[in-house]
Amino acid sequence: MIKTDALIIGAGPTGLFTAHQLKLIGLNCEVVDNLDKIGGQCIELYPDKPIYDIPAVPECTGEELTNNLINQLKPFDIKFHLNERVEEVKKENDNWLVKTNNGTSFSTPNVIIAGGVGSFEPRKFSPKECEKFENKSLFYSVKDKKIFTGKTVSIFGGGDSALDWAVELSKECSVNLIHRRDEFRGAQATIDKVHQLAKDGKINLFTQYQMASVKGDKNLESIDIKHDNNEIKNLKTDYVLGFFGLIMQLGPIANWGLNIDKKTIEVDTEKFETNQKGIYAIGDICNYPGKLKLILSGFHEGALAARACFKLARPNEKYRFEFTTSSKTIKKRLGVKGD
Amino acid sequence: MAKITYITHDNQKHEVEVQNGLTVMEGAVQNDIPGIDADCGGGMACATCHVYVKEDWFNKIPKKEDGEEDMLDMAFEPKTNSRLSCQIVVSDEIDGLEVNIPSKQA
Repeated sequence: MIKTDALIIGAGPTGLFTAHQLKLIGLNCEVVDNLDKIGGQCIELYPDKPIYDIPAVPECTGEELTNNLINQLKPFDIKFHLNERVEEVKKENDNWLVKTNNGTSFSTPNVIIAGGVGSFEPRKFSPKECEKFENKSLFYSVKDKKIFTGKTVSIFGGGDSALDWAVELSKECSVNLIHRRDEFRGAQATIDKVHQLAKDGKINLFTQYQMASVKGDKNLESIDIKHDNNEIKNLKTDYVLGFFGLIMQLGPIANWGLNIDKKTIEVDTEKFETNQKGIYAIGDICNYPGKLKLILSGFHEGALAARACFKLARPNEKYRFEFTTSSKTIKKRLGVKGD
Repeated sequence: MAKITYITHDNQKHEVEVQNGLTVMEGAVQNDIPGIDADCGGGMACATCHVYVKEDWFNKIPKKEDGEEDMLDMAFEPKTNSRLSCQIVVSDEIDGLEVNIPSKQA
């Protein structure tokens, strides 16, 4: 059981800056994120796209913004729990007991939800029967490529993940690559390679096709794919891989007893607290009259939520407002020399 | 102003007047039409405002720009008449547009 003054759910820009605010005012915190890396939507959705409305930063990419926020956190020792999704939040005496899907548990007076539009989950095949084979012979990511050796693998998708795996797996297995249109969106070099491999007969390319159904009783035997003109083709296959990107889902947050309206959580604008004392929601996931889904709004919301955390984490101390430019205490925390 | 008909997957018709300049996605969100999530708020960074445009309208409305087709690869059950409704701007020319909303967005 990890005891902390505040637990932040979500390592996007809002969560990162809020961690900084908490450490500045002398609280400790830990951060949980379902993705395998820090940065949230900025890293997952638009690492290379420029952002023009961060105060005092005329232009930066999602990746640059993330790296700058990580650098800003350097003076502090903050534990990140990546690849973990918070499953359960339960009241236990005055604290919240928080559990992740990996079995990590936290006890904290403050839970800050900075979850964007929820956690990123792979987008799945639409035919219902696909679920039956999920994680047995149908996957949305590759954990161990050795299981495919010598087998037939049908890969769906038209982006980098689909193309990269088609190229890689074509060395050791028989590969079908299926995509809903003729154009691929990926690195040009990889696209060229896929076309070359298709010409050489190393990859069977099926474009303008989509998954229609999976067949097999206990084990997956074959799949039906459907052309835009409704023609159906049956492909014998041992494995199926789907790479349709990630979608954002609210997930378990919906079950924590919070006031939720259209995937957003209602908060007040003084502490950004939800209807549950000690649970805050900040950034894109929160909602209040006038809410703007801007990164800068997330920073402001986090700064105020951090002050509210102080009251619950240090009930016997008085919070004193200080500027980073003049406060000796803050400078000590930052590890910079005072004047 | 344009009259736009949103047809949900259970065949419910929702007819609304949408102001010029808004997008078909915004018209749906502002009128509480179910089935258009628009998670990213119109930034073409998700595919949760996906609609099917009736064939006769599909060729009449402004064409897809770069990036929209890429995002549609990630939509739920995309078809040849799929569009992201955040990329269709409302004008007098599209008065009478009908769009079908998929059974789900994710």
